Amino acid sequence: MDLILIAVISLGAIGLISAVILYAASKKFAVYEDPRIAQVAEVLPQANCGGCGFPGCAGFAGACVKAADSGSLEGLLCPGGGASCMEKIASILGMEAVASEPKIAVVRCNGSCENRPRIAKYDGAQSCAIAHTTSGGETACTFGCLGCGDCVAACKFDAIHMNPETGLPEVDEDKCTACGACVKACPRFIIEIRPKGKNNRRMVVMCVNKDKGAIANKACKVSCIGCGKCVKVCPFEAITLENNLAYIDPAKCKSCRKCEPECPKGAIHAINFPPRKPKAEAPVADAAPKAAPAPKAEAPKAEA
Amino acid sequence: MKTFRIGGVHPAENKLSAGKAIETLALPKQAVFPLSQHIGAPATALVKKGDAVKVGTKIAEAGGFVSAAIFSSVSGKVNKVDAIVDASGYRKPAIFIDVEGDEWEESIDRSTTLVKECNLKPEEIVAKIKDAGVVGMGGACFPTHVKLSPPPGCKAECVIINAVECEPYLTADHQLMLEKADEILVGVSILMKAVNVTKGYIGIENNKPDAIKLMTEKAAQYPNIEIVPLKVQYPQGGEKQLIDAVIRRQVPAPPAIPINVGAVVQNVGTAYAVYEAVQKNKPLFERIVTVTGKSVKNPSNFLTRMGTPMSQLIEAAGGLPEDTGKVIGGGPMMGKALLNIEVPICKGSSGVLIMNDKEAARAAENPCIRCAKCVSVCPMGLEPFLLATLSAKKDWERVEKEDVMSCIECGSCQFTCPSHRYLLDYIRLGKGTVGGIIRARNAKK
Amino acid sequence: MANKLIVSLSPHVHSGDSIQKNMYGVMIALVPALLVSLFAFGLGALVVTLTSVAACVFFEWAITKFILKREACTICDGSAALTGLLLAFNLPSNLPIWIIIIGALVAIGIGKMTFGGLGCNPFNPALVGRIFLLISFPVQMTSWPTAGQWTSYLDAQTGATPLALMKQAITSGDASVLEQLPSAMSLLIGIPDSCQMGAGCLGEISAAALLLGFVYMLWKKIISWHIPVSILGTVFVFAGLMHLANPVYADPISVLFTGGLMLGAIFMATDYVTSPMTHKGMIIYGVAIGFLTVVIRNFGAYPEGMSFAIFIMNAFTPLINTYCKPKRFGEVVKK
Repeated sequence: MDLILIAVISLGAIGLISAVILYAASKKFAVYEDPRIAQVAEVLPQANCGGCGFPGCAGFAGACVKAADSGSLEGLLCPGGGASCMEKIASILGMEAVASEPKIAVVRCNGSCENRPRIAKYDGAQSCAIAHTTSGGETACTFGCLGCGDCVAACKFDAIHMNPETGLPEVDEDKCTACGACVKACPRFIIEIRPKGKNNRRMVVMCVNKDKGAIANKACKVSCIGCGKCVKVCPFEAITLENNLAYIDPAKCKSCRKCEPECPKGAIHAINFPPRKPKAEAPVADAAPKAAPAPKAEAPKAEA
Repeated sequence: MKTFRIGGVHPAENKLSAGKAIETLALPKQAVFPLSQHIGAPATALVKKGDAVKVGTKIAEAGGFVSAAIFSSVSGKVNKVDAIVDASGYRKPAIFIDVEGDEWEESIDRSTTLVKECNLKPEEIVAKIKDAGVVGMGGACFPTHVKLSPPPGCKAECVIINAVECEPYLTADHQLMLEKADEILVGVSILMKAVNVTKGYIGIENNKPDAIKLMTEKAAQYPNIEIVPLKVQYPQGGEKQLIDAVIRRQVPAPPAIPINVGAVVQNVGTAYAVYEAVQKNKPLFERIVTVTGKSVKNPSNFLTRMGTPMSQLIEAAGGLPEDTGKVIGGGPMMGKALLNIEVPICKGSSGVLIMNDKEAARAAENPCIRCAKCVSVCPMGLEPFLLATLSAKKDWERVEKEDVMSCIECGSCQFTCPSHRYLLDYIRLGKGTVGGIIRARNAKK
Repeated sequence: MANKLIVSLSPHVHSGDSIQKNMYGVMIALVPALLVSLFAFGLGALVVTLTSVAACVFFEWAITKFILKREACTICDGSAALTGLLLAFNLPSNLPIWIIIIGALVAIGIGKMTFGGLGCNPFNPALVGRIFLLISFPVQMTSWPTAGQWTSYLDAQTGATPLALMKQAITSGDASVLEQLPSAMSLLIGIPDSCQMGAGCLGEISAAALLLGFVYMLWKKIISWHIPVSILGTVFVFAGLMHLANPVYADPISVLFTGGLMLGAIFMATDYVTSPMTHKGMIIYGVAIGFLTVVIRNFGAYPEGMSFAIFIMNAFTPLINTYCKPKRFGEVVKK
């Protein structure tokens, strides 16, 4: 009986003392945190991708609350959660969500093993960053994809994968949140975050080669050679040519698809467009008789 | 026998071309001069298409203080200023000159008589070296005039000449010493005069006993120059290791440089180039290049005009072997593997090494067994295994804390790793990234 | 050009060293000790060694293939066989086969593969196996056959070991018990069959054979001297002080040559994966092992403390690695 009593008293005393210490500590070292931060953080994806530009989801939640206090949520977007997530945040904070255009990562290189002959063999660590410093790469194109998959490793949403057949990364459109981690990981700045476009349809120059035409032409079957045909044909002045490389400005592009058949190398891709009607195929062949097979071969891939 | 005190390895020496007399290589049909042949700002081209140039004409001038002028090694017409794939594997701007005849600038003294006397003032010597475009000939290509201009507050106490040639295979410096010993010694005394010191050392590894003997005999006339035989140990040719080996002083961690311990280190090839520049008015446009490799028919040392494509040197040494797996610009420990053999010879090209496909392939990576061999061979006292792991994890803050910037990229760790891990690949990545972070931080300040 | 040129970063040459070379090097260094144990225990030693090695290699193969489902086969690198050999050296020669197999499973399965295989294990796998067996099967693990019984295995005669005598001297406080110890010379070369005394584990009989292996490994640069020398030095000094203070503690030379001390200091504590990476760290690690060994031997419940001491210090290795940095270039000489 005594034994039980002693045990109860001593354990009870230890518990009491600990409780007092814990209470005192929680008062003394209390840090006030706005309860809304936790609420906002709850609706975030918690992938801590950093795509919003803040250090992790908690940082973004804090920024949202701060922004709400100063009046507007403008400029804040969780690329992972997208518009629906921002709406939830806005409702928590009693604000109105600012609509923003959905975006996606685009790999601007089509130099598959077939299109871009290998002239050397890279033997080293499986890292694009290291391969990039080793030399120009396995092909004569010193701008194109190195194929070691740094972007794949960087993606927190499992949205980019290497295609073993082409040796190029492919973006999973449903999973990609345009957080930009892959853009930062790529040592050659091949990946770009572009607006998804109307109905998910967009026009992209699938090349980043800045070499002169002859060199770019030799290095890869589907390189941009800077001929400028697309620039001339574009009715909206959406295409610019700089350093022997064409670039389509997504803000100006109206997806008229005029440039696509014009490219002699098939470097301009129309992504997610329905296949052209049969009658439209004649001018394709006319415009680029030599390169006709290339765009044809590319077309199904672009649709996929 | 002296050597440096921390770490080091001893790779198989394979000095196949040792003792082969220097041959003068025929002129190329077209010479190509990349504008970025040295550390620092690229040079700016002075010529344009169609310009006629002679041997020794300045075709590009220094693009800043840390930069060097470039001189034509041939006479002829400028074909174009365009890009060429250089040793880095990337296209870089370069001057292409079509060779016609072999007409030299008149100011160059082409006689072979030894000119010992030099009555110039130190600053005049430095200016002359700068005007001749002389850079470090060991491979790093640091402009020589910068090294000879100590920053304020630093005083040089001695000149150390690097005649170690610790890279396996290479013999260019060795052969140069055997054939041009007198000129080198004059060059060393000029260098000593330029930085106003009275003590000069020439460090030579004792796998070159003939060079040690010859240089010691010749140096008897120069009481201030001492020949220091060194134990064979890689990377003794590293500036910091050589200083430690010769005068037993250790350069503190970066940003400290050798001049902080009073030493000015120059390559033996540079000493020769300085002699030619100062005494013969001959700018830097040719150098000795070793062409070697186990499958190469005729490993040789060539006196080569710069801008000559490497393919011509390989042809002269018996052609590219059938089983070629890798062509390396420089030695096997620190050289760069080349994408193609049309890369031109530059100021820092000490050798062309051809490896067969068996030697060239790296073995597969195995897990780290924490044997600590990389730690014990690291000449800088670093922990390569840790730096590589942290770099692979992109923990740049810790990579910096573990002194990655001290790494001299000698490759001893990867050379010795029983698991064949790509240690230096990752450490280089870490060093590059951390270097960028530090520069950005300093720029902010 | 016919071949594609290979591009890679420097260095382009390699020393030719490999994991296999190191592992097989250690095994070669163990050969003299193995020969001595075969000579002393005959059939028993053979059965225990073969079972242990075969079981370790088998478990490594099976776990890699069926549980981890890795493509690469790691049994060729020799690390599993070495673990098996070291485990065998830590077992008495009359141990039943089924216990050895359990030991091998624990060593490879729990000691090594759970952590991800070679290079990832925090504790020496052979030690994990040995300690597991020692605690689970204390009777079988502490009956030591006497030397010279070539044809016996499970039926071998057993006897008390020198370590047990030392323990007895301490617990009884009677220093005269120590007079029964064999001479230091016979301990060094190997406990002769003339003294009816348990000779210990397979690898513990002859300190001289183990030292021969040590010299071989130093010559081949497989290990550095730091760990073994610091362990042996510490044990000698500390045990010597204890002996001077009170003669019931055995004299330091006998302490050095008895039990698993040599085996532990030369082969178990120097395991690459679980020992510190810097020379400074190695010495701290060695001194601590030596100290703990003597403490456990003299004050603990078990007569042998080597394996526990190494085990404890294995746990401290990451901490030692964090705080013991090699001397950086430029720190040595302050001008």
